[in-house]
Amino acid sequence: MEFVHDVVIVGSGLAGLRAALEIPATTNVALISKVFPTRSHSGAAQGGISAALGNEEPDSWEWHMYDTVKGGDYLTDQDAAETLAKDAERAVYELEHMGAPFNRTPDGKIAQRAFGGHTRNFGEGPVKRACYASDRTGRVILDTLYGKAVEKAVQVFSEFSIVDLIIDNGKINGLVAYELATGELHTFRSKAVLIATGGFGGVYKTNSNCFSNTGDGVYLSYRAGVPLEDMEFVQFHPTGIHGLGVLISEATRGEGGILKNNSGQRFMELYAPSLKDLAPRDVVSRAIWTEIRQGRGINGDDYVNLDLTHIGAEKIAEKLSDIASFSKIYLGVDVVKEPIAVTPTCHYMMGGIPTDLDGRVLDRHNKPVAGLYAAGEAACVSVHGANRLGTNSLLDLVVFGRRAGKMIAKELPDLSLTENTGSLENSTRQRLEALLSRQSGERPFSIRNDLQIMMMEKCSVFRNAQDMKRGLSELESIKQRYENVFLENRSPRYNTDLTEVLELECLIGLAETILKSAISREESRGAHYREDFPERDDKNWLKHTMIVKNSTGSEIFYKPVNIFRFQPKARTY
Amino acid sequence: MELKFRIFRYDPQIDSQPYYREYSIEAKGTERVLDCLNRIKWTQDGSLSYRMSCAHGVCGSDAMRINGKCALACQKLVKDFDTNEIIVEPLPSFKPLKDLIVDMTPFFDRVAEIRPYLLASDAPEKERLQSPEDRKKMDLAIRCILCACCSASCPVVNENDEFKGPAPLVQAFRRIFDSRDEQKHERMVQLDNPSGVWGCVNHFECTRACPKEIPVTKCINLIKAEIKKTL
Repeated sequence: MEFVHDVVIVGSGLAGLRAALEIPATTNVALISKVFPTRSHSGAAQGGISAALGNEEPDSWEWHMYDTVKGGDYLTDQDAAETLAKDAERAVYELEHMGAPFNRTPDGKIAQRAFGGHTRNFGEGPVKRACYASDRTGRVILDTLYGKAVEKAVQVFSEFSIVDLIIDNGKINGLVAYELATGELHTFRSKAVLIATGGFGGVYKTNSNCFSNTGDGVYLSYRAGVPLEDMEFVQFHPTGIHGLGVLISEATRGEGGILKNNSGQRFMELYAPSLKDLAPRDVVSRAIWTEIRQGRGINGDDYVNLDLTHIGAEKIAEKLSDIASFSKIYLGVDVVKEPIAVTPTCHYMMGGIPTDLDGRVLDRHNKPVAGLYAAGEAACVSVHGANRLGTNSLLDLVVFGRRAGKMIAKELPDLSLTENTGSLENSTRQRLEALLSRQSGERPFSIRNDLQIMMMEKCSVFRNAQDMKRGLSELESIKQRYENVFLENRSPRYNTDLTEVLELECLIGLAETILKSAISREESRGAHYREDFPERDDKNWLKHTMIVKNSTGSEIFYKPVNIFRFQPKARTY
Repeated sequence: MELKFRIFRYDPQIDSQPYYREYSIEAKGTERVLDCLNRIKWTQDGSLSYRMSCAHGVCGSDAMRINGKCALACQKLVKDFDTNEIIVEPLPSFKPLKDLIVDMTPFFDRVAEIRPYLLASDAPEKERLQSPEDRKKMDLAIRCILCACCSASCPVVNENDEFKGPAPLVQAFRRIFDSRDEQKHERMVQLDNPSGVWGCVNHFECTRACPKEIPVTKCINLIKAEIKKTL
């Protein structure tokens, strides 16, 4: 079928929903999502959303901006950090006005707590900046924005996967989507498309992401010729449940939780003497892995303990109840009495589709692709630089999601609909038919599993050229195997086997951009740590990595960092 | 250990009626039922369809009936069952679309009917003030992830298509007891009938099923009490 809309938003998490709310009701908007909107992964965010409200103690947006820049190891574009920090108060009050049920201070204001890397007075010590609703902040904001979308009667196409973007002559003309319920391909013709498909932690074996986070919008943009920015910067969250990767919020440490090694030592004192357990995630994840590598994991195993036993049952029930529940269900642990076994888990992609401050996607020449926008984890503004601070992600989604929505509304009168976009739908159909008629080959699961293990081993918290180059050659064989991928399920209805195969193409393609970007950056910065280049090198590497497809595969080029206020300094905590 | 799974299979456009298919797999006691389903799908039978996403009880996608009880497949571990045979079926009272996938549209329509958003006039410059005590009234209800385990378990929903069902009523509770909401009265009027709160006759199946431990029946009874008191 062919659908015609003014605007198509892909992704129904916080960025996509917030953008949708910003576009006037008179505009014909379609919101496409692989899942029903309330299933989106923004809902898994736990700890909070940052804003210098100063409800608990003095704070300022300038301190927040500084922390964001320093947290990103000075790769953060400072105009983006300024926009984020300055707009944070308005954004959080807006969510409260929409009905988000934040916890409250005794005088009825939004309650706030400490979080990693957020400090008072330019790094002096932790500050309570994270606004929260227990440890389900993302979920209640998702529910709030979903409710507003219901009120506004936004048209939603649930369980539609995008399979191609239609970009011709520097303009987006729509996209092709696969409908899970019927197996049909549809062309959505539109004047504008917003990519808000989130992250792609599924590239790694141990990750905190949902199964749906496969970076479809990011990969399809890349496949259509859009460059990707800073793909080597992959955040491993320090505290995933050992063996599962399920997120244990940084709020546990914001509320006083302590990481301990096999001798019960609070090892973060050695790695970050000032902020200790509340150092940024890249620092803590490296510290945990260093402890494990040096034989100080619990029982010599590959995990450490997160100790909440001194926090007390009442505070845990009020502020960390989901964490207590996950620990009980999956580990059989009562966090009031016993520590939680944790290990770093792939959590967030700092890199993605390059955009300006208003969500406009930038091409090879740093010029906007007409009608194409991106926001949220799929985008790289770059507001998180080389390492994102906790609670800055939910803020990013609502600040830059709104800005993208506003820009779409503003530019829409100048954008046109293009006829005759059917050829891509036909070529996609042929591709799917070929896939469905293949009589033998390898099932997708084993290919994905090998990809995820390879990326864990070759390109995770600690990296070096030799391992990554081996990883790249393993990836070549994985790509070969994908050419022969085989589907047992031929059904047109709810063929999740087929969507998994389509997603696997995205994961493989994105893994390649991560590896190539990581190999090229010969320094250590933020989440990108090179054992063979352990120092930050501002002289040569204070620049964004851009990777773009070309006729022989891909090429890398660089883009300057916006620095106008905080000059790079040694990053210690 | 070796486990036997009996899984409900049905493609309404092909099969004249549902059937059960058996699978044997090896699984550890600490693995999730979802891990088992994935292993079956990925290594034995790719034609099996079910929904899943976050895999840790936050998104609400993988609600299904496991050994007779509605639950999230990602929140139930193999060792939670004292048997080696696990029977997996779609949520009851919902129309099956394929295997374990059911039609959620009527459920979400019911949620939309209760207007799941704050209804309040002009906002102040900063936040609306709310005491911690008032905020606490909503604390358990905001855990709802709209998985539908409660509605699917409800005997009244099973018999009465008109009844809104427990999940929409929890959503209503959250707004009626939100001190910031200004249409508490209208919201209660909407529920003051047999399709609303009076359809509930305290079976407590919803409360037993809720994977987020929301006291669902109690929420409904608190709305009833508030209606009696104020309408």
